[in-house]
Amino acid sequence: MAFTNEQLERYSRHIILKEIGAKGQKKLLNAKVLIIGAGGLGAPAALYLAAAGVGTIGIADADVVDLSNLQRQVIHTTNDIGKRKVDSAAETMRAINPDVTVNTYYDFVSSVNIMDMIKDYDFILDGTDNFPAKFLINDACVMAKKPLSHAGIIRFKGQLTTILPGEGPCYRCIFKNPPPKDAVPTCKQAGVIGAMGGVIGSLQAMEAVKYITGVGELLSGYLLTYDALKMEFHKIKLPPRGKGCAVCSDTPTITELIDYEQAACDMKAH
Amino acid sequence: MKITVAGEKKEVADGLTVSALIELENVETPQYVTVSVNEEFVDSEGFESTVLREGDEVEFLYFMGGGR
Ligand SMILES: [Zn+2]
Repeated sequence: MAFTNEQLERYSRHIILKEIGAKGQKKLLNAKVLIIGAGGLGAPAALYLAAAGVGTIGIADADVVDLSNLQRQVIHTTNDIGKRKVDSAAETMRAINPDVTVNTYYDFVSSVNIMDMIKDYDFILDGTDNFPAKFLINDACVMAKKPLSHAGIIRFKGQLTTILPGEGPCYRCIFKNPPPKDAVPTCKQAGVIGAMGGVIGSLQAMEAVKYITGVGELLSGYLLTYDALKMEFHKIKLPPRGKGCAVCSDTPTITELIDYEQAACDMKAH
Repeated sequence: MKITVAGEKKEVADGLTVSALIELENVETPQYVTVSVNEEFVDSEGFESTVLREGDEVEFLYFMGGGR
């Protein structure tokens, strides 16, 4: 596949990078990334991945755009209030870059649909806002051997890690089980500074681009934390994969997906 | 003795346990924190009995559930 003149122009700042070049850009155009959650994290990630020319982007979300989303979910506009988030996000991505094919999934992820949803994608990006979804996505990606960017944000803090099943540690290596309902606050209860989604979601997009193009070192085996108030990034080295992990050890005890119960106050914003 | 907590060097009392450090550091939701010492996770049942030593590197890993 040869680039059109328009593509050479559009991606010129990528193509000129010796690490990316025409070869890397072609990899991006042929890549498929699934973004679960079209919100604080998913919005900036989707914008950058669409702009980068990731050829196929899947976006999953079961919510509609609400006025209170617009403080941080920069892929949606005031005119989008009431629209399905996946449709609003897809419109913006297509408007940014007609090279991108967008697949929308107007649905919550569950043990029933997630394996089918992730199976055709090269890289998965978790932009969900609750522990049941984060554990489900981790377990499904481990089982299906799909690379995953996991992230979480709250108040003035954010963190992320990249999970390479079979190689590096997974989310469950760090946290064995979800905390009980309402034991740990979510964004809705605690608040989050809008730009936090931009910082962490963009880092997730960066990991996706690096994975696809094979450039540099991924955030596998590390948890990167960001504290905006102290203006500090801190990279925590994680122990190797699987040591006693219920899902990613060589003798896993979790072999089927689990739908954990959702915190009551988050039911709507699942 | 000197230990490193979340990348920061600290002077603490000899014989300090992981649970005592959790208290000292005012760790948020301490019952759900994951602790690593020298890049090994400490089981939460072992917080009381794990005594820190000079030069140990301790990290606290927190649940962060938001994203949308
Ligand atoms: Zn694991």
